[in-house]
Amino acid sequence: MARTTTARRWSIGRVLAWAFLGVALVVTIFPFYWMLRTALTPAHELATDNTGLWPAHPTLINFRRVTGATTVAQNQAAGGSGAQLNFLLYLRNSIIYSTLIAAAQTLFCAMAGYAFARLAFRGRDALFGVFVMALMVPPIFTLLPNFALVKSLGWLGSFAGMVAPSMLMTPFAVFFLRQFFLNIPREVEEAATIDGAGRWIQFWRVIIPMSRGPLFTIGLITTVWAWKDYLWPLLVGPNPGTRVLTVGLGIFLQQSPNTAPDWTGLMAGSVLTVIPVGLLMVFFGRRLVESMNFTGIK
Amino acid sequence: MGTTSVDAAESGLAVATAADRPRRRERARRRAAAPRGDGRIALLFLAPALLGFAVFYVYPAIRGAYYSTTDYNLLSPPRGVGMANYTALVHDALFWNALKVTGYYVVLNIVSQTVLALVLAALMFRLTRSVVVRAMLLVPWLVPNVTVGLLFLWLFDADLGLVNHLISAAGLSTHGWFSSTTWAMPTIALTNTWAYTGYTALLLYAGMLQIPGQVYEAAMLDGASELRMFFRLTLPLMRPVLALVLVVSVIGSFQMFDTVAITPTHGGPVNATRVIYYYIYELAFTHFRMGYASAAAMSLVLILGALTLLQMRLLRASRSDLA
Repeated sequence: MARTTTARRWSIGRVLAWAFLGVALVVTIFPFYWMLRTALTPAHELATDNTGLWPAHPTLINFRRVTGATTVAQNQAAGGSGAQLNFLLYLRNSIIYSTLIAAAQTLFCAMAGYAFARLAFRGRDALFGVFVMALMVPPIFTLLPNFALVKSLGWLGSFAGMVAPSMLMTPFAVFFLRQFFLNIPREVEEAATIDGAGRWIQFWRVIIPMSRGPLFTIGLITTVWAWKDYLWPLLVGPNPGTRVLTVGLGIFLQQSPNTAPDWTGLMAGSVLTVIPVGLLMVFFGRRLVESMNFTGIK
Repeated sequence: MGTTSVDAAESGLAVATAADRPRRRERARRRAAAPRGDGRIALLFLAPALLGFAVFYVYPAIRGAYYSTTDYNLLSPPRGVGMANYTALVHDALFWNALKVTGYYVVLNIVSQTVLALVLAALMFRLTRSVVVRAMLLVPWLVPNVTVGLLFLWLFDADLGLVNHLISAAGLSTHGWFSSTTWAMPTIALTNTWAYTGYTALLLYAGMLQIPGQVYEAAMLDGASELRMFFRLTLPLMRPVLALVLVVSVIGSFQMFDTVAITPTHGGPVNATRVIYYYIYELAFTHFRMGYASAAAMSLVLILGALTLLQMRLLRASRSDLA
């Protein structure tokens, strides 16, 4: 018996299956390693030193010059264009942008999701239907008039303009949180009702505390989405004060000579976009991975 | 043998639905019993979301439809032109090219990504429940598309890129991947397949987890092979999830923008990668033809709507073999 189990465990098919999975994991992770390896290579040596697994003379100068920690002369000496880049500032902006959106959106959509799940009011289902329909509309369609609106409000170049459209709600978050609240047993609230607490108090004292986990998860996913945003922050806030990392990278590449892009600097900047989400994965990996089981699909 | 396993599947499922039914009835009862007239407090709960929805979804949708019938450059007020934008669109070779190029990308991306994801999900499902493996597969999805695009521009760089090094080491002919009319789009498709395969695999894997375990136990007792179980059990039983994932990823793929926007050829070489999203973006923000861009965006709304309906119909997404 034991022998057949071992045979089963190490059959050729099983070995091949594990091998395929292993190759997939290497192909998934190796490009990140290559990004880091390039970022650690001195710009002048990249033309000759670009195949080994580790740079011949590893250096942090690329990180220093893209975070504005060098003078123009040092920057040029290290292979930069001399244009001052401040990826630490862009990092700060990315953090402000994504946490503002995630925190506000999660809160407001939880309130709305709760109303759709638990309150009785006229037109509830029709209104929810309209929200769901909005899921079908490609963002570019509303993006054009939203840009005109934000421009006429004078919000171009400000965080207000950047976060406004997604801060109050997204149809997806409302939809998702409504599903979640539908599954909370009603007895919980009924107990609170007997205590005489109104809906508003119940929501804050009972519902929110008991939903902390799922709310945190949806907040986490929203943070990741906002972290990846490019087009809207590019249109509304491309100036350094509000420039997020993705926009910073795009502008950096454009300023870099087309024939010989500043790869070592670009990869150093790229590493900075990976580290924060990498940390999220380290701390909340299980939560993120398991959220795929129930958020289903974006 | 096939019949036994299907029977097992059906009975497993019957158990699940039977258990579901009273719960659903219960829920309906509770909803009906909810006190009427939470109207005022509901408004308080809904106020922020309603404001956001009205200002940034409904209002712009109406404006967008209106813009599409105007000539508007963002500086002077929109000037009505009737259906002229739409007639122009029909005769716009670049618009049709954009649709063609987008379709090509969607096919390349969706086929490779879905097949790979399905294989990975099935392997994980039968081999391991490891969270670490799944977390690793998810990492590319966490990273901005701009970063992924940049990384692949570097990996596939004509002169110094690692891929060309490996290819020439293997004695094959190298290419300027992103700068070749033939290879640019497949390379972009590959880039995004890399970014989204793990994510898609996790969604499909979640769908597989919903299949009752007894189904496989019964099939194994019958001596079914893994391959046979995959095609006869896993695939049919997870069809609704697969269909939903396909619909959502096709729609997402249709709206690919970041990778093209970051690539220095900007939709080139020779329009080879000027996808519809990028074309609309250029119309609006490079040429300031807001009205014409809105008409193109409106067309995209209609195309995606039709495509969703068609897919749902073809894949019979709402019906499951399980129920």
